[in-house]
Amino acid sequence: MPHTPTPPYTSPARLLALGMVVLAMLWATLTLAQTPGDTAATVAVETAPAPQPPLPATGIRAYDAPNDGGHAITVEWTASGDDGQGRNNVVMYRVLRTPALRGPISPDSVPPGDPSYRLFDSRAYGTAAWRFIENQWDTLADVPMGSTRYENRGGKQRASNDFLPDHIEFRYKVLTINDAGGIAESEVSAPASASGQYLHTGKLLHIGIPVVIFLALVLYFINAAKSGRELYIRPLAGINAVDEAIGRATEMNRPILYVLGLGAADEIATIASLTILSRVTKKVAEHRTELLVPCYDAVVMSIAQETVKQAYLDAGRPDEYKDDIVYFVTQEQFAYVAAVNGTMLRRQTATNFYLGVFFAESLILAETGSIAGSIQISGTDRTTQIPFFVVACDYTLIGEELFAASAYLSREPKLLGTLKAQDYAKAIFLGVLIAGCVGAALQWQWIARTFHLSF
Amino acid sequence: MKRQLPLAIIFLCGAFTLFQYFIPHEQSEYLYEFVALDWPPIIGVFALMLGIFSLIRVSWGKIRRKSENWPYAIVTLIGLAGMIATGLPGIGDHNAPAVRWQFNYIVYPVSATMFSILSFFIASAAYRAFRARSFLATVLLVSAVIVMIRFFPLGPLTDPVGTTADWVLNVPNLAAKRAIVIGVGLGIVATALKIVLGIERSYMGRD
Repeated sequence: MPHTPTPPYTSPARLLALGMVVLAMLWATLTLAQTPGDTAATVAVETAPAPQPPLPATGIRAYDAPNDGGHAITVEWTASGDDGQGRNNVVMYRVLRTPALRGPISPDSVPPGDPSYRLFDSRAYGTAAWRFIENQWDTLADVPMGSTRYENRGGKQRASNDFLPDHIEFRYKVLTINDAGGIAESEVSAPASASGQYLHTGKLLHIGIPVVIFLALVLYFINAAKSGRELYIRPLAGINAVDEAIGRATEMNRPILYVLGLGAADEIATIASLTILSRVTKKVAEHRTELLVPCYDAVVMSIAQETVKQAYLDAGRPDEYKDDIVYFVTQEQFAYVAAVNGTMLRRQTATNFYLGVFFAESLILAETGSIAGSIQISGTDRTTQIPFFVVACDYTLIGEELFAASAYLSREPKLLGTLKAQDYAKAIFLGVLIAGCVGAALQWQWIARTFHLSF
Repeated sequence: MKRQLPLAIIFLCGAFTLFQYFIPHEQSEYLYEFVALDWPPIIGVFALMLGIFSLIRVSWGKIRRKSENWPYAIVTLIGLAGMIATGLPGIGDHNAPAVRWQFNYIVYPVSATMFSILSFFIASAAYRAFRARSFLATVLLVSAVIVMIRFFPLGPLTDPVGTTADWVLNVPNLAAKRAIVIGVGLGIVATALKIVLGIERSYMGRD
């Protein structure tokens, strides 16, 4: 069989072809290397020109934020001509600030004699050092198109990253950015520094003046009542029922349960309940009926003990007072409910008072009392719990009636005067509400501006 | 003096809190947050000791007198002692397994049980409230039914019922709620002024 020779890999033709390929590659490489810049990049630059910047924000102004405790500077500007008008392509503004802040830095690592470092210390917020670098800009925030105001509210704590010191001057500028990525820089604002104020003018106008008017009404009606003027007070069924409820307990020879609620001693509703407890205890002491006051809060218990003790003394029956009348149960919400419910059912209390601050336990307490057949008088300022008391109790003091109950029970002129003042204050509020509704309907913006709360 | 001193303290504290509200300066804030607000927890700790003492005294009295259901007082004291003992430094702490076990397997289940009773009480209270004995009770019943069924698929009635329920919640209900809130606000201011100015002093006796 004849042998067919295989063509050698190093034949002259193959070598020639390979050499031509190598030469071609070498030429291409050299040619491209001599072309300035990258060909592909050059093409891209030629086809996508630099984004056209929008019109810049103008009239940039920085000033200390009013009515605050310091550490805040307000920045305002006039919107770009391309924001909502012109090319209408602005997407956001970027607020920058200089001197740039670097910190917090450990006070030990501050180079001695370097004026750019400042040390801040206070008893409240600790000690830390910060470095202020002039002409370097910190980006503070991006705010959306249409904005013309930014409040640079910094942290008050010296060791916080966003700490903004008082009485240090800062300058601001605003970058206007459009949808193509174009950026226009505003002018730099005049320097501004933060500081705290000693009077909140907004609160003074909207709260201080009404409180003074109310106080004047209170004093006027107290004087009127003292001078013997007859003040008509709308009768409250829940208050009128107190005597009846205590009398019933006395006739049945069963105890009266008084629940002060779950509020702490700083809740006005709890304080109002303590004043009512004093009045109720005097009547209870006169009737020699047993009183039970289980407490949820230990501070409230201490106050209630003194209140009840004093009421027994005032009623002329100090010997009837026992330390066990007011007692502490627990500060666990539902454990307290279980204990009070158990007391109701075991002792078969004739009358239950629920006056104060209540939460989810209101219906559990009131419904158990209802099942036990007790007369129940309730009152709370929590609007979410009032419906539960209304359906489960015989009488309910709704909202402000709880605060008025003490005056009703005492019929003392001074206290009745405050009730009358409350009624007149409500009339003023009603007038303002009606004026607001009419003003809104007629689009009188000045009414809205007058009563706009900015805190 | 026994009455004048507490009244003076109440007036000073009340006046300070009132004026502090109108002074936003950092120093005023510092006085309020780091001086005034330090007092309640301190008083609270001492009052809690009085509370625990009260609980022990009442429970021990029941045991001593063999009052009705006195064995429950023993359970109370054992629970109190157990929780304190397992949480004491040296024996355990507030994160000790024994403390957590008591919370996880006694306190939380019992609390959850008490809370769950609420659903049954809501049903019984709603039944009493919704009995249409008068015109107003009927209005209440109808309003409640509309609000309750607003999320039900009611076919062509779904939208009208939802709209009516929203109107009930956002107009008459909200109006009444806001009226109560305004009244409560005025009542709070009036009560605070009465106490700060010493007009209301019945809680101190001999008004």
